[in-house]
Amino acid sequence: MKKNKSSTFFLLMVPVLLWLVLLIVIPHLDMFFRSFRFENDEGLMVFSLNNYLSFFEDKIYWLTFVKTALYSIGVTILAFIVTFPVAFFLTKVVAKKYSSFMVLLLLIPIWIGELVTIYGWMILLSDNGVINNFLMQIGLIDSPIVMLYTNFSMTIGLLYMSMLFMIIPMMSALESLDDSLIEAASDLGASKWTIFRQIIIPYTTPGIASGGIIVFMLVIGDYVAPNILGGKSSLWFTEQIYNKFLATFNWNEGAAFGFLLLLLSSGIIWLALKLTGQKLEKVGS
Amino acid sequence: MIRTLPCSAAYTNGFRLYMVLFYIFLIMPLVTICILAFNDSNYIALPWNGFSLDWFFANTNERLGLFKDEGLMLSVWTSLETGFFVALFSTIIGTIAALLFEEEQFRMKGFLYFLALAPLVIPGVVLGISILLSSTYAGTYLEENLGMSFEFLGPSFWLVVIGQFSFGATYVMLLVGARLKKFDRVLEEAALSLRATRLEVIWLITIPFLRPAIIGAFIVAFLISFSNFNTTIFLVGSDPTLPVDLYSRIKFSSTPVLNAVSFMIVVFISFAAMISYVINRKKT
Repeated sequence: MKKNKSSTFFLLMVPVLLWLVLLIVIPHLDMFFRSFRFENDEGLMVFSLNNYLSFFEDKIYWLTFVKTALYSIGVTILAFIVTFPVAFFLTKVVAKKYSSFMVLLLLIPIWIGELVTIYGWMILLSDNGVINNFLMQIGLIDSPIVMLYTNFSMTIGLLYMSMLFMIIPMMSALESLDDSLIEAASDLGASKWTIFRQIIIPYTTPGIASGGIIVFMLVIGDYVAPNILGGKSSLWFTEQIYNKFLATFNWNEGAAFGFLLLLLSSGIIWLALKLTGQKLEKVGS
Repeated sequence: MIRTLPCSAAYTNGFRLYMVLFYIFLIMPLVTICILAFNDSNYIALPWNGFSLDWFFANTNERLGLFKDEGLMLSVWTSLETGFFVALFSTIIGTIAALLFEEEQFRMKGFLYFLALAPLVIPGVVLGISILLSSTYAGTYLEENLGMSFEFLGPSFWLVVIGQFSFGATYVMLLVGARLKKFDRVLEEAALSLRATRLEVIWLITIPFLRPAIIGAFIVAFLISFSNFNTTIFLVGSDPTLPVDLYSRIKFSSTPVLNAVSFMIVVFISFAAMISYVINRKKT
């Protein structure tokens, strides 16, 4: 439009640049360079790959890494299976006057925050918790089942804190799906399964992809659920990073681990975007 | 299958049952905490020993209620303060970013927008450690070379604000940007042709149009800050925020006062949600 940028443009540009450069670009570059710094035997800081080597040499680190990746993908798929019917029900099945209230109920646990809800699950699942008490009252079991501090309780916690973030993008995709498409298919004798597979799923893929990416990112970077609900055997990679920073104070190695986590999460997200033909810009909206 | 199509009773009822189970799953942890906050017991879980308000008001050797627990009240206050500043800064910069990306054309726009969205896909833990690393590095550098020491560059109240702001601004940008997409540019062009300056147009026309979205974004940024743990834990100094305080209590000294705090949060959030629901319903 204009050749010379107006002063207003710079007034808008400068604060945004400061935000992005100082708080996003520099810290992550710093983390990247820091991950190659290593204190040698003479106490000097040198360039080295040792921080990454220790990750591969110590079995517990890369096993945790692989486990975190696999569990995160698993929880994401589980979240899709659990919440897709809910998103469908709220947009296509339930009467409109109820749906907005039911959607509101979905938002409440999100705003209450992860720590409180995970704590609630801790009480529910513990040995003298609500579920065990209930099962013993009705005589289904004689002694408490150990549910807390297992992979099971950790999965429940991760699912609970992340799945609601998937419903909203799926709902906005479903809302734009014209009911008459489903009606037409049904009139032509398509079964529910065919309608589901050939119309609903292809149409809502963008919503599923952005919801799935958000869930995956939240799960893989979570610390609270694995730490409070997971036991000794269910280590999460973020816990390793936490230990490097706040327990053993080996920040350079922690930086390497942080970079590996960033690489893992962005790698899988990139792959998911490629497979579904989406763009990151769409995920945000 | 959908509203307009008839379905077998088994399918409809099965679907309804699934929804009921889902909502039970959803509210079960919240209801449990709320009930156990009033349990007359020294342990966080069952058995139920009768009704008591001790974990809100008691001040005895055995029981320290929420409102008498100075440490806890202090961390609530810290969280409110942090939330306020994070919401303030995020709203200002996020709105500016939304205006920049929606209204201006410039080189590297796509790349910068990608960076602005990056906090959505960077794990909170990574964001926390990278800001911790670079700010402490900057702090020691400044101190060694210039002899100036800045407290906010080490783990502290302001570093938490900075860390939470770094992703809070992204959410504000998206919320305000979504409203800006619906803005009729003709209004701006009319004002410009009447010789308003670009800045006057933004201040007098665009911002008033965006006001509902800006207020909403402020609240969202506040809530994101208030409940954040993953990033905050690395940046927190001597004054913990509420989630950090709750976490260390859950890990090391859990008493039913945790239930009482959680109860207050659940009630407050539900109440706020109901108010927003009623207001939105009146509008439509």
